[in-house]
Amino acid sequence: MDAAVDQTRSLKRRGIFTGRFGDRVFKWTTLLFAACVIAIIALLAYLLVADSLPAIRTFSWRFLSGHTWDPVHDVFGSLPFIYGTLVSAALALLLAVPISLGAAIFLAELAPPWLRNPLSFLVELLAAVPSVVYGIWGIFVLVPFLRPVEAWLGMRLGFVPLFSGPPYGIGMLAAGLILAIMVLPIITAVSRDVLRAVPVSQREAAYALGATRWEAIRGPVFRYARAGILGAIILGLGRALGETMAVTMVIGNTPTISASIFDPAYTMPSVLANEFMEATGKLHIAALMEIALLLFVVTIVINAIARLLIWSVARGAPAGVRE
Amino acid sequence: MSALQVGESGLRHLRRKAANGMMWVVAVLCVLAAILPLGLVLYYVIAQGASGINLDFFTKLPKPVGEPGGGMANAIVGSLILVGLASLVGLPIGILGGIYLAEFGNNRFAWTVRFFADVLNGVPSIVVGIFIWAMVVVPTHRLSGLAGGAALGVMMIPTVMRTTEELVRLVPLSLREASLSLGATHWRTVFRVVLVAAKGGVVTGILLAVSRIAGEAAPLLLTAGSTSFWSTRIDQPMPSLPVQIFTYAIQPYDDWHRQAWAAALALVSLVFVLSVAARYATRGRFRMVR
Repeated sequence: MDAAVDQTRSLKRRGIFTGRFGDRVFKWTTLLFAACVIAIIALLAYLLVADSLPAIRTFSWRFLSGHTWDPVHDVFGSLPFIYGTLVSAALALLLAVPISLGAAIFLAELAPPWLRNPLSFLVELLAAVPSVVYGIWGIFVLVPFLRPVEAWLGMRLGFVPLFSGPPYGIGMLAAGLILAIMVLPIITAVSRDVLRAVPVSQREAAYALGATRWEAIRGPVFRYARAGILGAIILGLGRALGETMAVTMVIGNTPTISASIFDPAYTMPSVLANEFMEATGKLHIAALMEIALLLFVVTIVINAIARLLIWSVARGAPAGVRE
Repeated sequence: MSALQVGESGLRHLRRKAANGMMWVVAVLCVLAAILPLGLVLYYVIAQGASGINLDFFTKLPKPVGEPGGGMANAIVGSLILVGLASLVGLPIGILGGIYLAEFGNNRFAWTVRFFADVLNGVPSIVVGIFIWAMVVVPTHRLSGLAGGAALGVMMIPTVMRTTEELVRLVPLSLREASLSLGATHWRTVFRVVLVAAKGGVVTGILLAVSRIAGEAAPLLLTAGSTSFWSTRIDQPMPSLPVQIFTYAIQPYDDWHRQAWAAALALVSLVFVLSVAARYATRGRFRMVR
C-alpha cells in the first residue's frame, strides 16, 4: 500500500524536476542567487556615482583638497574628514599591530593546544561586541579616563605639537584607541590563520639547524608568512577606515585639522552618520554621496590588495618557496 | 649544546635562550593586552547595565525626558522584526549562492562572486545604509522597517555565503557518490544529503551573520530611523536596540544613560549567546566530517 502510494508520488514528481533538466534548473537558480552579489555591488557603485555627480562636477579635485565644509553656503571640501579618517586609522594600527602580531604568534605557535581554542574564542568575542557598545563604553569609561592622562602628558610633553592643546578626553586619541580595540581581533585572527598555514617543514628545517623557537618564527616562518600578515594588517586598516558608530561617539565631530591628537576631529563615516539625514540641499547630499563613494573605492582597493596577499600565503606556497 | 658549556659559544647559547624566553613572555603579554579590553567592556556593561534590566525594560515603552522609568519594549520588538526581515533577504541569497559556489564554483564567474562577496563584506556599514537609502527610502519617501531589513539583509549575505560554501565543501565525496549511485539527481543529492550533512555549518553561518547585524546601528540610522512608539508596521519607521543606545548615550540625561547601558547589556548578551551557539553548532559537525 505504502509502496504503491510512494510510486504514484514519485511518478507524479517525474516531470520537470527529474533528470538533467531538473539539474539544469538547480544550477541556474543557484547561479542567479550567487549573481545577486555582483548585482548589488554594481548597483551600489552606480548609485553612488550617479548621486555624487553634482558634487564631482562642481568641485572636481577641490573636493579632496578643500578645508571648508559649509552646508549653508554650499561649499564642500572634505580634507578634514579624509585627514581625520587617515590619522585615526593610522593611530589605531600603530597601537594594534604589535599587540595583534604578538597575540597571533602566541595563538599559532606558542600556546599549549588546550589553551588555543578558548583564547581564540575570546578574541572572536572581542570582534562580536557591537560598535555602539564600544561607543557607549568609550563615552562613559574611556574618555573620562583619558582626561587626566592627557593632562599629564600635556604637562610633560606639551611642547610637542602632538600632545598640545586642552585635554578634552574626547578627540583623536580616544578614537584611535577605540579603533585599535576594534581592529585587534581581525588582525590577530587573520595573522594566526596565515601563520598556521606555514608548512611544518619550514619550522622543522629551522629546528634541525639548531634554531630556537623564536629564531624559527623570526626567520623562516615570518618570511614565509609576511605577505599574508601584511594582508591582515591591510584588512584591519579597511575596518578602521569604515568604522562609524564608536568613532562618531568619541571623536568630537569637529571638522578641523589639528596637529594635536588631543583635539577633536571628524571622520568620513562619522560625517555621513551625523549629516546625511539632516541634509536637504542637493549639493550637500551629493557631497555626502561623494564621501561615501570615496569610502567605497577605498574598500575595493583595500580588499583586492589584502585578498591577493593573504591568498599568496594561505593558498599554497608562493612560487619559489615551495618544497 | 648545553648551558653548562663555557666560552663564547656557551654565552651565545645562553643569549639565544634568553631571547627565546623573552619573546614567549612578550607574546603572552600581547594576548593579555588583546583580551583586556574585552574584560573591561564586559565589566562596565554588566556593572552599569545590570541595574537597568528589569521587567519594565522589556515590557514598557520609552518615557519622555524627565519622567523616570519606561523601557525599550518597542526597540526590542523592532530589532527582532528587522533581523527577521534581514533574514528574508540575506538567507536565500547567501545559502543558495553558497551552494552554487561549492557545487559549481570552479570557474571565473564564481571567482568574481567570491571577490565581490569579500568586497561587500568590507563595505562600511554606513555605506550600505546609504545604498539602501537611495534604493528604498528615496523612492518610497519614508524611513521604514522594510528599508532597515534590506540594509541588514545585504550585510548578512557575505558571511552566510562563505560559511555555507566552506561547510558544503567539507561534506565527504563518498556521501554524494552514495546518493548519486542510488539514482538521485544532483539537486536532490544536494538538498537531501549534502545540505543535511552540512546543516551545522549553515546554521553557524546564519548565527554569525545574525550576531553581526543585530548590533548594527549605522545603516539603520539612514533606513529604519527610530520612534518612541510601538511600531510593528514594516512600512513605518522602526526603532531598534542599537539605534536606541546611540540616541540615548549622546544625550545628557542620566536616566537615558542608564537605559542605554541596560540596552547595551541586553545586546551584548544576545550577541554572545549567538556566538557561542554558532561555535557549538559547527563543533559537532566538524567532528562528524573529519
